[in-house]
Amino acid sequence: MAESRLKVISSGPLVSYQDTGRFGMMRFGVPASGPMDRLGYAAALAALGFERGNTTIEVSMGGVALQCESGEISFSIAGGGFQVRHAGALAPSWCVRTLRSGETLVVRSGLWGSWAYIAFAGDLDCSTWAGHTATHAASNMGGGLIKSGDVVKVRNAQVMETREGELPIPEFARSRPVAHVVLGPQSEYFQLDAIDAFSESVFSVSASFDRMGMQLVGPGLQLKNALSIPSEPLVRGSVQVSGNGVASVLLSDHQTTGGYPKIATLISSDIDALAQLRPSERIRFKTVSAEDAIRLVRLNMHSRQKYLQSIALPRMTLDQRLMSENLISGAV
Amino acid sequence: MTVWPRFTPVADHALLVSFADSISDEASEAVIALDRALALNPPLGYAECVPALINLLIDFDPLLTDHSQICTHVTDLLKRCNTDKKVGQSYEVEICYEDEFAPDLSAVSLATGLSVEAVIDMHFNGAYQVRMYGFAPGFAYMSGVPNAIQVPRKPVALRDIPAGSVIIAAQQCLVTTLNMPTGWSIIGRSPTQIFMPNSSTPFLFEVGDTVRFKRIDRAHYKRHSKAVALG
Repeated sequence: MAESRLKVISSGPLVSYQDTGRFGMMRFGVPASGPMDRLGYAAALAALGFERGNTTIEVSMGGVALQCESGEISFSIAGGGFQVRHAGALAPSWCVRTLRSGETLVVRSGLWGSWAYIAFAGDLDCSTWAGHTATHAASNMGGGLIKSGDVVKVRNAQVMETREGELPIPEFARSRPVAHVVLGPQSEYFQLDAIDAFSESVFSVSASFDRMGMQLVGPGLQLKNALSIPSEPLVRGSVQVSGNGVASVLLSDHQTTGGYPKIATLISSDIDALAQLRPSERIRFKTVSAEDAIRLVRLNMHSRQKYLQSIALPRMTLDQRLMSENLISGAV
Repeated sequence: MTVWPRFTPVADHALLVSFADSISDEASEAVIALDRALALNPPLGYAECVPALINLLIDFDPLLTDHSQICTHVTDLLKRCNTDKKVGQSYEVEICYEDEFAPDLSAVSLATGLSVEAVIDMHFNGAYQVRMYGFAPGFAYMSGVPNAIQVPRKPVALRDIPAGSVIIAAQQCLVTTLNMPTGWSIIGRSPTQIFMPNSSTPFLFEVGDTVRFKRIDRAHYKRHSKAVALG
């Protein structure tokens, strides 16, 4: 089968290989890792007709520039509103195209968003750890970080002309200034007015934002009797408050336990949009009950599923569609 | 008054089951017993479980189940849960306490008023149990540091502490598995492989396993760590 080789002309920090993530190992101190924006990742795969699981390149705001050295291969991009240049010309932020020998693909931060996903119509050749290519950035285990000068190899490279085109960006995939949370599980370690301040204030994203988490700027959240609470489990979406009252939202590469109290936890379907925020952008937390959280997540997951199914259908150009209809009618 | 165990919802997809609000052997035994019961008898929609010092987090698929169904399942398990003190596997971990691997041993000796030899003696004669993993892949928190040699965390963490370092803080001890920063006291180095990244079972311990330390000299350490590097 054909192989395609892509030279990495330049790569910013935190550009990495990511698959779905390695679930089930938090008990050994290993977070799932995987995409910061799971919806963007799933959209990039669906657009090529893949089920969840394939490896993608996660592009940070640092951007990436690839040049196809050999072979030809279709690719998709989704997640964030990045600036995409293909073969020297501007392409839509979310699209499916085919990269041919000698052509370049340059993905840089655009109007909005912090993470984009490039999926290829083939198998990315990178190392796995514990069955997954998802990169845990701090230890560089998994597929690993992508550096300038690397060569990205894709085996079984295919061209999927019928899938080429622009992809619709659903409203729910965009970064937004509100995220739903359920209070706790350690809200008893906060002064009452800290809980009020958390749910009523507007926070902004600080520059301390990486795959482990996002530190926020906002009112100080005073702790209560929390100097030495035992380390407790953490999840993706935990809002942890350090001793000096600063809140952080933990993300894909989060530590699995921690001794700082958690004031609230984001509902799972709102984490992707939060992760797409950029430093200095605003965020407010809306508290909901655990029952409402489940209701909201089920609704959101249903909309996502419908969207992913719609972009998973081959798109065909109008010409091709007319042509196939003519062929059918001509045969009668 | 809090009624134990306490069930706390975590967003839409997890339930935290707590047995106490401070560390104790009883709380840890309850966590380990429930962890084992869940492994044998997982509820519908179960994803994974994270045992910690005083509580255990059950992660589930919110499309298949919800907090109250998990809560019912756990309550039922706890009624039937075997709370005998039967622990897991037992392992031996080798430690070399010589100077080049133990930069904080003299500070621990100074803080506790014991000689360096007495600190080493008490440390490797302790009976340890894995209570939780955390911080980084394979960092197994063990309880069991004897009272007389317990020291608090250092005020500032040191960066890039080599993998295999044996570190202590309060009643806890762990053997690091990756080069990471730490504010704990570094008192030795182990050649024992407790994290094997390329194995299908990368982690030596399960939470609940017991550990004994064996003191080795520098020559043994060098031979053993070399054998590991080659193998």
